Amino acid sequence: MDPLRQQLPKTPTGIDGLDEITSGGLPTGRPTLICGDAGCGKTLMAMEFLVRGATRFNEPGVFMAFEETSEELTQNVASLGFDLKALSAQGQLALDFVYLEPSEIEETGEFDLGGLFVRLGYAIDSIGAKRVVLDTIETLFAGLPNPMILRAELRRLFRWLKDKGVTAIITGERGEGQLTRQGLEEYVSDCVIVLDHRPVNLISTRRLRVVKYRGSTHGTNEYPFLIDEDGISVLPITSLGLDHHVSTERVSSGIPRLDAMLAGAGFYRGTSVLVSGTAGTGKSSLAGHFAAAACARGERVLYFAFEESPNQVVRNMGSIGIDLGRWVAQCLLQFQAVRPTFAGLELHLTTMHKAIDRFKPHIVVVDPLNSFISAGNETEVKAMLIRLVDYLKMNEITGFFTSLTTGGSALDHTDAAISSLIDTWLLLIAVEGGGERNRALSILKSRGMAHSNQTREFLITDQGVEVCDVYAGPGGVLTGSARLAQEARERADDVVRRQDIERQQRELERKRATLEAQIAALRLDFAAQEADALALIEREQARESQLAQERMDMAWSRKADVASDTEGPQ
Amino acid sequence: MTLLPAEPGAAPPPDAPEFWTLRLYVAGQTPKSITAFANLQRICEEHLAGRYQIEVIDLLVQPQLAQGDQILAIPTLVRKLPEPMRKIIGDLSNTDKVLIGLDLLPRV
Repeated sequence: MDPLRQQLPKTPTGIDGLDEITSGGLPTGRPTLICGDAGCGKTLMAMEFLVRGATRFNEPGVFMAFEETSEELTQNVASLGFDLKALSAQGQLALDFVYLEPSEIEETGEFDLGGLFVRLGYAIDSIGAKRVVLDTIETLFAGLPNPMILRAELRRLFRWLKDKGVTAIITGERGEGQLTRQGLEEYVSDCVIVLDHRPVNLISTRRLRVVKYRGSTHGTNEYPFLIDEDGISVLPITSLGLDHHVSTERVSSGIPRLDAMLAGAGFYRGTSVLVSGTAGTGKSSLAGHFAAAACARGERVLYFAFEESPNQVVRNMGSIGIDLGRWVAQCLLQFQAVRPTFAGLELHLTTMHKAIDRFKPHIVVVDPLNSFISAGNETEVKAMLIRLVDYLKMNEITGFFTSLTTGGSALDHTDAAISSLIDTWLLLIAVEGGGERNRALSILKSRGMAHSNQTREFLITDQGVEVCDVYAGPGGVLTGSARLAQEARERADDVVRRQDIERQQRELERKRATLEAQIAALRLDFAAQEADALALIEREQARESQLAQERMDMAWSRKADVASDTEGPQ
Repeated sequence: MTLLPAEPGAAPPPDAPEFWTLRLYVAGQTPKSITAFANLQRICEEHLAGRYQIEVIDLLVQPQLAQGDQILAIPTLVRKLPEPMRKIIGDLSNTDKVLIGLDLLPRV
């Protein structure tokens, strides 16, 4: 908003959320009409306007009641912590009960409402009131004759209130075809707020809508509101934008291997994490890990359990080695356990808001999210979750939601159709086969990080959750004992293969040995032959030389002429 | 504030069964209040001569008195006595209605 722009002066109501919807409060010095059916909280809202004005803004107020006596009013609002007696004694509040009994009144001619003006003016002046409530002025029409005069007088009254400069609330009963029975909206037209109270699926919800606000912007939606021990709270949501602060800090999921899958560091702080899966896939166990890890870092965790009691959650987490009881004792972990059907969605949302405001957690766990379906229809649940997620993001709270996927629906379908709101979505699936169910985890999406695309097997051990590799081979994706069997089979195959190679090596060795033996034998053979041959040659040479000797000896013995010898015998 | 016994000195005996105490609330000297007072005096003289007392209260002077008798409309005539209390609003120009309102005529 441009601060330099001239704004209509506004009077804060002090009612949680209403000032946000009306961007500041009711128009100062003008009357505002609050209308609605019986029992929708008109009187209370008007009374809270006065009480907050007196206690927070130092603006005294006059309450002119046409339906309840001062004593009744005092008693009725005492349960909300409003002490009207004390405020009256301090001069912060003036109560005036206007009693009208038509049977006691006879009209005998022209009249006006001068007495009302006098009474109101006297009450305003006696305490210097800045705020006025007329509850419910239409009762006049039942108590006094001549509606024509009354209308003219009411018009004069509202004019007079404006001249007095008091900020007024006029309440009116819802009429048929118009906002109030007597069409007061024609006279009080600066600001009109309609309250509604209607049951849907047996659960009743109060709602508020600013129908009209002259000279000011305002939230136009129907806002649920709640009356509890602290008065009225209107859900100030949807006035939230998409401009919240964004953190780059990472928070661990509590499971190292899951962090590794999430680009090595876990979730971003202030984002929304959804874990969806069918029954018994370990959603709550993941939530327990996340919560315990946060507590171990010294952060506060608010755990909304909609299906289990806190003790049950603590016991169940204890059975898988997560000690949540310790953190509860140290006030780092707080449980809010309530049945989803206990109240309407808005009541849930408001109580959640209040709990978050009070505890100021770093992490909020909602387990499970879709139990709200039983408390409202899908559109409403989605609207509510948007507001919850927005609210958490605004406050930089990491939201961890679990969602139960019902059998038969697609795995990436959430009942509340909230996937688009979610920054990180972990999918848990049950893999059935080989006579067992095993759990597998994968990251469906995780905004802003290069997350793993791998499916991991997810084991729940008594030391907590373990994430390990699945078998992904020619036989498909295997988990559990099928994975173990497959791994064993592969190990056996390995052994066989190794033995095979060894055998072949041995065979080769043997062949080499045989070969070498053969070579040796051949060599020996050859050596033997060679020796024989050499011996033969030697013998032959010996014989030759002997023959030559013998010839020479013969010739000598014949004394043959050498020459003749050369020419042969004659 | 003015206290106007219609016939001073003609106070009725205390045991008289019907002594009337009437209170007329007005807010300033408006035409309506003047008309109402005139009408009231006339009716009283005609029907209650000698046994009535009229008290006129101007709320502009004594605004704190408006709450006690639950005054909203102006002018309002309140029959304080005899009991039960009756309230008549308007300028009292419709005499029959005034008489009915004061129980001087039976209700139809």
